[in-house]
Order: sequence, then structure tokens, then C-alpha cells
Amino acid sequence: MITRTTTATTITAMTMFDDFLVRAAFAGVGLSLATGPLGSFVVWRRMAYFGDATSHAAILGVALALAFNLPISVGTLGVALAMALVVSTLAAKGWAMDTTLGVMAHSALAFGLVAISFVPGVRSDLQSWLFGDILAVTRGDLVFIWGGAALVLALMVWRWQALLTATVNEDLAYASGLNPDRERLVLTLALAVVVAVALKVVGALLIAAMLIIPAAAARALARTPEGMAGLAVGAGAVSSLGGLALAMAQDTPAGPSIVTVAAVIFALAVGAGRLRPG
Amino acid sequence: MSLIAAQSLCVRFGATEVLHDVSLAIEPGEIVTILGPNGSGKSTLLRALLGIVPASHGRVVRADGLRIGYVPQKLAVDRAMPMTARRFLSLPRRVEDAAAEAALARVGLDGLGGRQMAALSGGQFQRLLLARALLTDPQILVLDEPTQGLDQPGEAAFYRLIEEVRRDTGAAVLMVSHDLHVVMAASDRVICLNHHICCEGTPRVVSNAPEYRALFGLGTQGALALYQHAHDHTHDHDHDHAHDHSHDHHGHDHV
Repeated sequence: MITRTTTATTITAMTMFDDFLVRAAFAGVGLSLATGPLGSFVVWRRMAYFGDATSHAAILGVALALAFNLPISVGTLGVALAMALVVSTLAAKGWAMDTTLGVMAHSALAFGLVAISFVPGVRSDLQSWLFGDILAVTRGDLVFIWGGAALVLALMVWRWQALLTATVNEDLAYASGLNPDRERLVLTLALAVVVAVALKVVGALLIAAMLIIPAAAARALARTPEGMAGLAVGAGAVSSLGGLALAMAQDTPAGPSIVTVAAVIFALAVGAGRLRPG
Repeated sequence: MSLIAAQSLCVRFGATEVLHDVSLAIEPGEIVTILGPNGSGKSTLLRALLGIVPASHGRVVRADGLRIGYVPQKLAVDRAMPMTARRFLSLPRRVEDAAAEAALARVGLDGLGGRQMAALSGGQFQRLLLARALLTDPQILVLDEPTQGLDQPGEAAFYRLIEEVRRDTGAAVLMVSHDLHVVMAASDRVICLNHHICCEGTPRVVSNAPEYRALFGLGTQGALALYQHAHDHTHDHDHDHAHDHSHDHHGHDHV
């Protein structure tokens, strides 16, 4: 029913056209619900490279999933989770240096690209894993994206106060009876889920951009953590819709178009933030 | 019964023993200062008492249901995180606006609830941390170098505030410091720490103890005399007219 063929009549082609655009729009907005609050923590805790390493590892996940005939989502979720746990453990042990994380992020990508070249018949699809394929989002993908986003959002809401306290100061969290290590694990899990969810939408190369850029834009205008997370959701959603519109109008790749719009929103928000008194 | 006590407490970080055989007890309503040079284990002792770092030997005993108000060392709210003073007071437990405003007023930050934390001065920032600690209605306030980065008048004002809080709420105060003079005047009891307890007692007793003088390199009679002069001066005024702030300043100017 939702296969895109060129043999359909004009009218069904029109409805199908509407349909995949609507699906794409819903995919982008759904992803933004998760990346807004999670991306805020990535910005606050300076986890940008952390996000890079985890999302680049998704390519390796794709390769493994194809090689072992597993669903792509299982492969990306598994490998992203493994990478997130490794990086998180290193960070907890004081290894959170730029260099270490840079090595992890780029190695993950390189290993993934090499591994995927061994899988027959995938090279042609490689671009869609790197840059996303939001216009090809199926109903099943949409369920996966919204399910994952809802899970991440629920985790964020549930742990919000504890996450914030641990981010402000770990000793303060300990003294309040919280465990900062547990909160770090919550973020690690959430990050892996977002990577798996975002792969189809913006691709492995630009997942970290969807986490950081809307949140950074929101920072310029927000006065409270909640305000920043909320604005980041809005900035992400507007970027997704704007990016889709750009992709449709100019036939540009959708994932990079979304990030391009996000970057423009960031620049505007920073400008507006400068103008605001105080 | 003591609010919080350490019994033969030892703490190790790897092969290094940071605290050795430390025993102390904090009673309700007293102000106790832990003094020691950098790296002497002061912060570690506080963090062990709070249960943040585990004891390798000995134990920490806390009164049942003890409410602790904690002001950590060097808390910095990153500029990447927007955070108003009011919002900070609700971490991690949300508090009513009325309680938040009362706490802000208590520390002299009336009406600054909407201010970004990054825009607060050093003294205001420390007062805000204290306000947050007070919101749990603590039986004991634990402060780790609360006046770091403040100038001397700011420091003196902060310790006066601590004394007022103690007077008003009856909370005990346990704090850590490496500055000698101001903090000693504000304490009932001083514990000198250098991985173990070197000496302890009232400020006057400790300031005359050879261990204390060796620890802080106060070998010369001159430095000690100067300190005692300032200290006695403040001390007398604290008893005669507790709120004579200008005289307090005068006393510290001698230091």
C-alpha cells in the first residue's frame, strides 16, 4: 500500500506523495521530542564528542546487522549502546579527554565504513545511512521513531530533577541521596536510543548535530533548564519541517537540509539573544 | 547524642591514605571548623562524613533521619546551562515560592530570584548556596570552603551570616577552611587536620598549640601575637555587642 511506484494513477500518486511527506514530517518532529531535552544535557555536560562517538558507531551497527541478517534497529541500538557504555565508563574514570573521545568517534566511523564494504550490495545504500533517508520513512519506521522518542522523553521527565542536580554538581547530588553514576547511565541509555531512532532521519554523520544545534540555539533565549529543553524541541521540530521543505523545493538531501536549517536557526537565536537585555 | 560522628575513620584513594584514624563528633548547635593546609584531607573528611566517599576503615555514624544542608566546594554553574537563582533552590526537591523567597530573604538576596546564577557576584553566589542548604531545615550545615574567592569583608560578612543562622535555627555548623583568622573567630571549636587530627579545641587553645603553629608555619611570636590581637578584639566584641559589624571589620583590618 505504501510502496512508491511510478505506475500509479495521478490521484493515488498525489495521496502517496502527501503520505510520505507527512510521514517524514512526523518522523522529524518525533525525533525532536527526544533530542530537545537530551541535547540540552549533551550541551550542559559537554558531551558533544560523546554524541559523535555513539552516533558514528551506528554505521558499524548497520554493517553487523546486515551481515548477521538482523533488523537494522537491533544492530544500531546494540552497537550504539556498547559504544555509549564504553565512552561513559572511560569518562567516569577520568578519560573524558578530547583526544580519547576524538579517537573513538572517528575510529567508530572508519571501522563502520570498512565493515559495511564487506557486506554485498550495500554500497549504493551507504549514503542513506550516512545522511539519513527521511523521505523513505515507513509506517513501521514511524512507530519505531515515536516509540523510541517517547521512551527517551519519559526517561528525561522521570529523572529530570536528579539529572539536573547531578549535572550542576555531583557532590550536591550525592549529599541529596542521589547517585550521579546512575543518572549518567540514564543519559547513556537515552543517547543510544536516540542514535538508533535518528539514523533514518538525519543519518549517522549528523545525529550529534541534531542533539547539539537546536539545544545551543535554545540556550541563547532560555532562562531556565526547562525553558531550554522546550525551546530545543521547538527548534528541532522547525528545523525538521524547514529542512523537508528545502529538500522538496530544491531537491537537496533531506538530512543535511534539516541540519542546515537548524544552523540558521542557531545563528538567528544567538543574534536575538545578544539583542536581549540582561 | 551527636548529630554526626567519625570513629577511627580512615579513607584511602588507591595506595594513598588521605585520612588516618580520625575521630570526631559534632553536637547540636555548635560551630566546628576544620582547618588544614591544602591537600590535608579536609574536603575528603567532609565528603566521608556525608557518605560521598567510602571509609576504608572505621565508620561514620549519623543521627537517625539527620537533615544535612550541604554547600559544596567550587560549585560552578556552567554558562551553557541557563539557571535562575529561584530555579536552583528547587534542586533536587521542588520548593514552594514562599519558602524560596523566605530563604532568599534570610541570606539577603531578596528579589534576586529571577537573576541568572552566572550573573551573581561571588558573595551572592555563596549566599544562594547557603539559602538552598537552609531549605531542608537542616540540623547541621556542612560547608566546604564557603568563602573561597571572597574578599575579606565578604568573608567576614558570610561568617556573620552563618552565626546568625545558627542563632536563629539552632543548626550545628561544620565547615572547612584554610584561612585562619576570620574563621577561627566564628567557631566554637577548631579541629586541625593534616591527614590525622593534629590538635583540637577552642580557637584560643588551638592557636596556642605547637602542632597548629607548626602546621601553618606560625613559628614567629610576631605573627601569632598579631593574630591573637585581632582574634581577641573580635571575640570581645562578639560578646559585648554581637552586631557591631563595623568593629568586626576593624578587628579584621588588623589582620
